[in-house]
Amino acid sequence: MAIVSTSKKACTVNPLKMSQPMGGALAFMGLANCMPVLHGSQGCTAFGLVLFVRHFREAIPLQTTAMNEVTTIMGGMDNIEQALLNINKRAQPEIIGLCTTGLTETRSEDIHGDLKLIRQRHPELAKLPIVFVDTPDFKDAFQDGWSKTVARIIEELATKTTEAIPGQVNLLPGSHLTAADIEEIMEMIEAFGLTAVVLPDLSGSLDGHIPEQFTPTTLGGTTVDEVRSMGSSLATLAIGQQMERAALELEMRTGVSYTVFDRLTGLDANDRFLMTLSGLSGRPVPLKYRRQRSQLVDAMLDGHFYFGGKKVAIGAEPDLLWSLGTLMSELGCEIAAAVTTTYSPQLEKMPCAEVLIGDLEDLELRAKDCDLLVTHSHGRQASERLGIPLFRAGLPCFDRLGANHRLSVGYRGTRDLIFQIGNVFLEHSHENAPDSWPLPEANDEPATQAQTV
Amino acid sequence: MAVLNIKVQEVFNEPACDKNQAKGEKERKKGCTKQLVPGAAAGGCAFDGAKIALQPIIDVAHIVHGPIACEGNGWDNRGSKSSGSLLYRTGFTTDISENDIIYGGEKRLYKAIREVIEKYDPPAVFVYQTCVTALIGDEIEAVCKAAKEKFNKPIIPINVPGFVGSKNLGNKLAGEALLDYVIGTEEPETTTPYDINIIGEYNLAGEMWQIKPLLDHLGIRVLACISGDARYHEVASSHRAKAAMMVCSKAMINVARKMEERYAIPFFEGSFYGISDTSDSLRQIAKLLVQRGAPEDLLSRTEILIRREEARAWERLNGYRKRFEGKRVLLITGGVKSWSVVSALQEVGLEIVGTSVKKSTDEDKERVKELMGEDAHMFDDLPPREMYKMLKEARADIMLSGGRSQFVALKAKMPWLDINQERHQAYAGYEGMVTLVQEIDKALYNPIWEQVRKDAPWQ
Repeated sequence: MAIVSTSKKACTVNPLKMSQPMGGALAFMGLANCMPVLHGSQGCTAFGLVLFVRHFREAIPLQTTAMNEVTTIMGGMDNIEQALLNINKRAQPEIIGLCTTGLTETRSEDIHGDLKLIRQRHPELAKLPIVFVDTPDFKDAFQDGWSKTVARIIEELATKTTEAIPGQVNLLPGSHLTAADIEEIMEMIEAFGLTAVVLPDLSGSLDGHIPEQFTPTTLGGTTVDEVRSMGSSLATLAIGQQMERAALELEMRTGVSYTVFDRLTGLDANDRFLMTLSGLSGRPVPLKYRRQRSQLVDAMLDGHFYFGGKKVAIGAEPDLLWSLGTLMSELGCEIAAAVTTTYSPQLEKMPCAEVLIGDLEDLELRAKDCDLLVTHSHGRQASERLGIPLFRAGLPCFDRLGANHRLSVGYRGTRDLIFQIGNVFLEHSHENAPDSWPLPEANDEPATQAQTV
Repeated sequence: MAVLNIKVQEVFNEPACDKNQAKGEKERKKGCTKQLVPGAAAGGCAFDGAKIALQPIIDVAHIVHGPIACEGNGWDNRGSKSSGSLLYRTGFTTDISENDIIYGGEKRLYKAIREVIEKYDPPAVFVYQTCVTALIGDEIEAVCKAAKEKFNKPIIPINVPGFVGSKNLGNKLAGEALLDYVIGTEEPETTTPYDINIIGEYNLAGEMWQIKPLLDHLGIRVLACISGDARYHEVASSHRAKAAMMVCSKAMINVARKMEERYAIPFFEGSFYGISDTSDSLRQIAKLLVQRGAPEDLLSRTEILIRREEARAWERLNGYRKRFEGKRVLLITGGVKSWSVVSALQEVGLEIVGTSVKKSTDEDKERVKELMGEDAHMFDDLPPREMYKMLKEARADIMLSGGRSQFVALKAKMPWLDINQERHQAYAGYEGMVTLVQEIDKALYNPIWEQVRKDAPWQ
C-alpha cells in the first residue's frame, strides 16, 4: 500500500510525462487508414511527429490545423474546416481523429458545434467519420489521452446490435502495450477459437512492416467497420486500469459486459486471463500454455536469486508502473522509488511506501542507492550520473532498436522479461574486494586506553 | 504582445538578405514563409526554432514556460554536442496546470527560476515563452526583470510563442533576444587579433570539432560560436571579435548584420560543407582578420594549410571514384547549403538526378543549372508519393535527405542517408566530406539490398 503524493515543485526538471494529445494521436494511429490531427499550432504536431518517429522508426501520419496568433483568438473553426477538407482531398482517409491541444482549450472552443456546421456546409464529408477528443496539454498525461480517445471512438462508432457474432471478443489494450504484446494477446485469444476486435491495434499499423504501396495515412489497424461491430461481441477484455473508461462506455452503449485485467505481466495475472478465455469459449486451456506456464515458473525460480533484495527505482505511467512494479516485487525486489505521471486508482495499491506524481529529477534523487533504474530513454542521463544501470521501459525509447517489438505479456513475455531484467542484475552484480568489509571508523579503543595510561 | 509584433515585422525586413530584399514592401510584411495550410502543413513552430538556436549554449538553464507539451514531448532530442557542461540537456519546464491558466502562470515561473538557480546555479537562465502562456497574458519580460534584480543573474526572456510563425522565424527571434539581452554585456578576459565569431553553427554531431583543429593550427581563436558548444560568457563577450563568419543558412543573419552595425565586426556568409567551400571559408576568415590588423602571414599560412588538407582529403576520396561510377543520387535538402556538397559529390563520380530547391533563391537555381546542366530536375515540392515512385522505379540509387522522408526511401527498399540536423555523423570540413563519402559508400554497398528486394519465395 502506497501513499500517493504530487511533487510540489514549481519547475519540472527532466519531464517523465508527455502530453495528453500525444496519447490521443497514438490511439488514432491504431485505426486503419486514419489521419490523426492535432488542433493547435504546427509545433504541437511537429514535436509529436519527431517523438513517434524516433520511437517507432516509422513514418507517422499526423496533421495539424496550423493555428496562428490570429486564428487562436478569433476561433479555430475555419482552420478545422480547411484541415478536414485538405486531408479528405489529399490523403483520402477512412476516418479522421481530431485531438485538441492546450492552445485551443485555453480559448475553449465548441468543436462539437463547429463540426456540425462544417458537415452541413460540406456534404462531401457526410460519410467520413470524424472523432474529436478534448485533450488539453495542461491536464492529465499521455495515458489519459489514449484512454479518452478510445472511449470517444467507441462513443462515436460502436452501435448496439441484436445480432451476436459468435466467438468475437473485444480487446482494449492500454497505451503501455507494444505491438508484440498485442500480437501475443491476440494469439492467446485465438488459441481458444475466439476472434478479437482490437481497439486500437498498433500491431497492425506500427509494427514496422513494408506496405505494398505508399500511403499517407496509417498502414493498418482496426477498421471503422470492425469498431462498429464491437457491439456484437461476446465480451470485452480491457488490459490496464486506464481502459476501464472505454470498456464502460462500450457496455453502456451496447450492453457487452467487460472485465478489466490490471496487467498481463506475471503468473497470477495470466492464470486469471486464460481462465476467463476458457470460460468464454468453453474450451480447456491449450497445451502450449500449460507448457509455457511451467517455463515461467521455472524462470521465476531461476531468476529470483538475482531479484531478491534488489532496490529498484521505477518511473513510468501508472499502468506500466503497475505491471513492472508488481512483477519485480513478486520476485523479491524492493520498489525503493516509484514516480508516475498522472493519477490512477491502483497507485495506492502499489507494493511500496510512496508513489510520487513527478518527474525524472524526483526519481533520480530517490534512486541514489538503488540497483536498477527503470524508465524510458530519457532516464539515460540520470543513469549515467548515478552509475546505475537503466532498463528502458515505456515510450519514448529512441536509443534502442525494436521498442515496439519488446514482449512482456503472457507467460512467455513475462518469462522473457524476467530474463532480460535478471541479466541486467547479473551483468552489474557486485564483486567482493579486500575492502568490501571495512570496520567502522570510530575511535580505536585499545589505542585510546594506551594513551590514557 | 505589441512589442513582439514589432519585433516580428523588424525581423521580416532584413537588409542583408537578398531574397528578402527582392520582395515588395507588402509581400515582405508577410514574412519569409508561406502561409500555412491547415491539414497540409509540416515543420516546427517559432518556439522550436528558438530552442534549436539557443539550446546549444551549454551552461545555461533553459526553462520552458508552458504546458508539458512544449518541453515534455521534445526535450533532449538534438545532437548538439558539448565539451563541458551538460546542463543544456536538462529539461526545465513550468508544466503549467489548469489553475495556472485561470490564475496566471507568472508566480509559478518566478518560483521555477528560483528553484533552478538554487539547485543548479547556472551563469544565466533563458526563459522561453510558449503559446498558452502568451495567450493568458503572462509577461515573461517582467518576471525575468524581477528575477534578475532579485537573484543578480542574467535572466533572459525569449519571447517566441509557437503560433507567431515558423521555425525560421524562431531562429531569428532567438537571435534578437541575444542582441537585446546578452551580446555586449560582459568582457572577454583577453583579446587577440585572431578572434572570430562563428554565427549560426550548432555543433551538431560535433561538427565544430572538425573545424576547430584547422583554426587552432592557424592560431585563430573562436571567441564565440553562436551557439554550438558555447558558454554564456563567450556569447556575452562576443562583441569584441575582429571578424565573423555566418554559417550558410540565413537563420541568424540578423545577428551577424546587427553585430556589424553595432560593433563594426565585418562578416561573410560561408559554409563548411564541401571541400571548396571549406577552403573558401578559411580564406575569407584569414582575409577579414588581416584587414582588421592581423599579421599578413596569416594569408600564406592559410594557403599552405588548405593545400595540405585538400590534398589529404582528395587522396582519401579518390578511392571511391570507381565505386561510385554510374550511381545516381536524389538530393532533398533545404537548398542553399548543398551546392558545394553537390560539386564535391560530382567530383567523386556520383550523378545527381534531382534536387529540391524549395528554399533556394533564383540565384541558387542558376547555380544548380550550372552544376547539373540544363535538364537538371529541380523540385519545388516533391510529395512523398512521388518520391516513393521515383525510388521504387529505381530512377535513383540513393536518397540523401532529412529524417522526415527517411521511411519513404526505406519502404521503397532504397539506400538512404541522413543529411539533416538529426543526423549522428559529422560532415563538416575536409574530414566531414570524407565521412560523408564513406557513409554513402556504406549505404550503397551494404549487402542487405539484394536480399530485402527479393520477393518472398511464395510470391
